[in-house]
Amino acid sequence: MPFREFSLIRRLSTYFYTRRRLRLALLLALPVGWLVVVYGGSLGSLLLNSFFRIDSFSGTIDRTPTLETWRQVFTDANMAVAGRTIGMATAVTIASVLIGFPLAYRIARFTSGRAKTALVLAVLIPLWSSYLVRVYAWKLLLASEGVAAWFFNVFGASSVLGWILSLPLIGGPSLSTSSLGQFLVFTYIWLPYMVLPMQAAVERLPESLLEASADLGASPATTFRRITWPLILPGVAAGSIFTFSLTLGDYIIPTIIGNSSPFIGLAIYSQQGVAGNLPLAAALAIIPVVVMGLYLTGARKLGAFEAL
Amino acid sequence: MSVAVEFNQVSKAFGTVKAADSVNLIIEDGEFFSMLGPSGSGKTTCLRLVAGFETPDSGHILLHGVDVSSLPPHARDVNTVFQDYALFPHMSVAENVEYGLKVKGVAPAERRTKVADALALVHLDSHAERRPSQLSGGQRQRVALARALINEPSVLLLDEPLGALDLKLRQTMQTELKNIQRQVGITFIFVTHDQEEALTMSDRIAVFNNGQIEQIGTPSEIYESPRNLFVAEFVGTSNVFDSGLAEQLLGSRDRFTVRPEKIRLGVAGECTVTGTITDLVYLGMYTRYRIDVQGIQLTVAEQNTESRLAMSSHAVGDEVQASWSKESCRLLA
Repeated sequence: MPFREFSLIRRLSTYFYTRRRLRLALLLALPVGWLVVVYGGSLGSLLLNSFFRIDSFSGTIDRTPTLETWRQVFTDANMAVAGRTIGMATAVTIASVLIGFPLAYRIARFTSGRAKTALVLAVLIPLWSSYLVRVYAWKLLLASEGVAAWFFNVFGASSVLGWILSLPLIGGPSLSTSSLGQFLVFTYIWLPYMVLPMQAAVERLPESLLEASADLGASPATTFRRITWPLILPGVAAGSIFTFSLTLGDYIIPTIIGNSSPFIGLAIYSQQGVAGNLPLAAALAIIPVVVMGLYLTGARKLGAFEAL
Repeated sequence: MSVAVEFNQVSKAFGTVKAADSVNLIIEDGEFFSMLGPSGSGKTTCLRLVAGFETPDSGHILLHGVDVSSLPPHARDVNTVFQDYALFPHMSVAENVEYGLKVKGVAPAERRTKVADALALVHLDSHAERRPSQLSGGQRQRVALARALINEPSVLLLDEPLGALDLKLRQTMQTELKNIQRQVGITFIFVTHDQEEALTMSDRIAVFNNGQIEQIGTPSEIYESPRNLFVAEFVGTSNVFDSGLAEQLLGSRDRFTVRPEKIRLGVAGECTVTGTITDLVYLGMYTRYRIDVQGIQLTVAEQNTESRLAMSSHAVGDEVQASWSKESCRLLA
């Protein structure tokens, strides 16, 4: 092909080729603009709004800076909401680790080829169907006339179910209207996000390290405690970022399942929607941001970001 | 001398592949014993059977007279130096070395002195607090060695431990390993596919092929008197003479081999052939010739002594006489 020195495209490309910084700036303009303006800007306006207050008489927003809204956040009722949400996120994360580990270990260590693909698909497939459909399906499964109750009945264990539901804190009229039911659905919905990073972490763990540990005299339990667990911890931390943050921010499951005691997400939703108290909604929205900030700092220390 | 390891009719198959096929083997206490063979010959499987990572399908493995065939690895008094070293990445060098003592519940004070001793033995005292990732290949290899030796095992298993090192470092480590073995007096079982390595380091060698042992012997027995074609060709270079030439030269139809360095060029001897030089490579210490003798490629290694260099100047295409003594012929089974 002839060398077309003066074609426009060639001149343009020469121009950019010799200006690396300009090239980089153009390339990053859109994503950085998006992050800074749209995302960072919203967060900034959220923070700003939390220092305004609502005029209870007129219902309009008073834009003089005040700490009054933040005083409302730190009332017992709102702290209870935050505590309930963080407690649930913690419980769901722990349960996901306990259920996810054997599954992830099995997939990573003892299966290969088709069996591995099938198991990974089995973990992933629920994510392909609508989240709402799955939550409603669980509402039916857990209802007082649902499969779960029927199951207990078949095994003559209805009294066991009754006893569990009578417990304070986790109980309720039926599984679908109890905190326990909420916990079950949360765990089901977010479990895949824990299994996959854990599986990746176990895959990265060389078999020879486990053999070396056994070779040096460690029992299987000791090998797990001293070698396996510390080395897959970054993967566990990565998975827990998902299970923890997704539970923290969710407001659909607590609406559909459970005893309608509010979670942070629900509280924000009702403050900005029904109550029209935007400053309080903004202040409440800061809570998960702060909690996740602390959580991510901890996860970073465990090396979770290298495992993502 | 007592017996350190005994294989008694040990077999192990993976699917249809027989990795160990009725292996019988006795390794003496304090020996530097090498298992030599190409990849897939079963040498590593035999090592893993001793360590306990595999259990035999049939037969028994005895450690100092005790049948350990069904004991898990952590209950066996042997330690392994792995091919990839298998150092724990989340622990420092000292913690890696300390691991075996720690899991066995040895008191901290005793652990500290032993770790210091073990690191001194492998010249890594100054690297105790580093992470394995901060070490070079040779240093990692030494950590793996110290980590295994600190437990004072009755047998140390080494699975191609020098395979990942460059040539110079490998030669240094060969000498060092041998010295350490003399110093500690522990039985070493050394798996390698490198015949030179096996010849330089071992007291005895077992040559593996297809899950079976082809020959067991000292390095000079293996090299000088290979029992069959496989050993002759796997260990060093051999010139194999088929029945036709054998009858001409020795008067019997049994196949035999001659090592390249036993053949002399340009002179007649007990066995003499004439051929054409097809290839000539100067290799410093010696020159390697390939000579076509009635369709057979003969390899000859001639040392470059001063007198040799002065008198001869063979070139490719030259017709040349090659000869050797009857003593250097080895009949093949």
